[in-house]
Amino acid sequence: MDFRFELIMDYLPFFLRGTLYTIGISLLGILFGTILGLLIGLGKMMKNKILAFPFLLYISFFRGTPFIVQIFIIHFGVVPAIIGTTNGIAAGIIGLSLNAAAYIAEIFRAGIQSIDRGQMEAARSLGMNHVQAMRYIILPQAFKRMIPPLGNEFIVLLKESAITALVAVPEIMYWGRAFQGQYYRVWEPYLTAAFIYFILTLTLSYLLSRLEKRLATE
Amino acid sequence: MIKVEKLKKSFGANEVLKDINASIKQQEVVVVIGPSGSGKSTFLRCLNLLESITGGHVFIEGIDITAKTTDINKIRAEVGMVFQQFNLFPHKTVLDNIMLSPIKVKKIDPAKAKEKALELLRKVGLEEKADAFPDSLSGGQKQRVAIARALAMEPKIMLFDEPTSALDPEMVGEVLEVMKQLAKEGMTMVVVTHEMGFAREVGDRVLFMDGGYIVEENVPHELFDNPQHERTKAFLSKVL
Repeated sequence: MDFRFELIMDYLPFFLRGTLYTIGISLLGILFGTILGLLIGLGKMMKNKILAFPFLLYISFFRGTPFIVQIFIIHFGVVPAIIGTTNGIAAGIIGLSLNAAAYIAEIFRAGIQSIDRGQMEAARSLGMNHVQAMRYIILPQAFKRMIPPLGNEFIVLLKESAITALVAVPEIMYWGRAFQGQYYRVWEPYLTAAFIYFILTLTLSYLLSRLEKRLATE
Repeated sequence: MIKVEKLKKSFGANEVLKDINASIKQQEVVVVIGPSGSGKSTFLRCLNLLESITGGHVFIEGIDITAKTTDINKIRAEVGMVFQQFNLFPHKTVLDNIMLSPIKVKKIDPAKAKEKALELLRKVGLEEKADAFPDSLSGGQKQRVAIARALAMEPKIMLFDEPTSALDPEMVGEVLEVMKQLAKEGMTMVVVTHEMGFAREVGDRVLFMDGGYIVEENVPHELFDNPQHERTKAFLSKVL
């Protein structure tokens, strides 16, 4: 096997720009997915089953269908219906956010429900209303427990972002495919892409484990 | 101070409280005893609506707490509760456990709340633990902090739900001592407990519950030395 580093060097500027796109859409996906996930998780926990049902449906749909199908629906259907034209980056961010929100909602729900009932009772017995008890007592404790599964989800999201290459988001995998198309090479583009993704996920999991340790000692 | 009328409570098909009538006067210490499953903890938890009530009424200082118009948070701020499992907030220091509700619910100035919290910690003998986290305390210390936390809201009534049942035997005394002190100061207290010695010594009145009813109630020495009902006699013969 001849491995042609000079081709990689040729494509390096594109890969670096692609990396910025990957980081950008992943961070936005994490941000919106987390906010949306919290709301959906709280929605699913509502005692009124009828009100909770739409949230249950949302989670079931996004967990029960492939991400690539979701993103095609968003890219070719939803985004054009809203803005009149396709936009890969918008579709990518929306798709990642909506998909992650379904998983994050479940992480939030599990985290909140893992806190002993006595904590809520003690808070309420001291005169706090439900929102105060959630804010000062339940959520701070639940959040600590959510960090490991949330970290997992963030890593999954970062990797899933590669699929947005198929709707022409110029991220790492997009340039990998372009590289393959231009030079008819397989090893160079995809090993490079794998290497970059690996560095990104390693960095992310390092940051998350530091956060976890810091919260544990607090 | 507390009036309970025809109180009923069911969990699904299981009727735990069948027809409870009781009244508790200001400064009175009422001790509730009975076999496990008799409904005594549920009864206590109905007094601040930690359990929703299936039927009947509970009045706290004349206010029907089951009425839709009643702000239950306001009532709860005046009714302190101490739990069997302490339920301290593990992510907050002892001081923050005590100060949190006065600051957030009663909107008391944090500096004043801190002063009050330290005073309460002195009272329960744990001033040096102000900055400790609950995990580092013994069971008895945790329960004393929990009592201080409830007192920080300056409640008119204190409810104790088996406060010493989760403690190692050598730590029971320190908690009962704090409760005795509280009773001496004139706090209105309802105490669910298995500590018959405490009931006899501190209680103004003892309620014996069984099968969802208050079977018998009397001043302690009468109830313990001269029980009238068969079920009371049977229970006392096992625990005394």
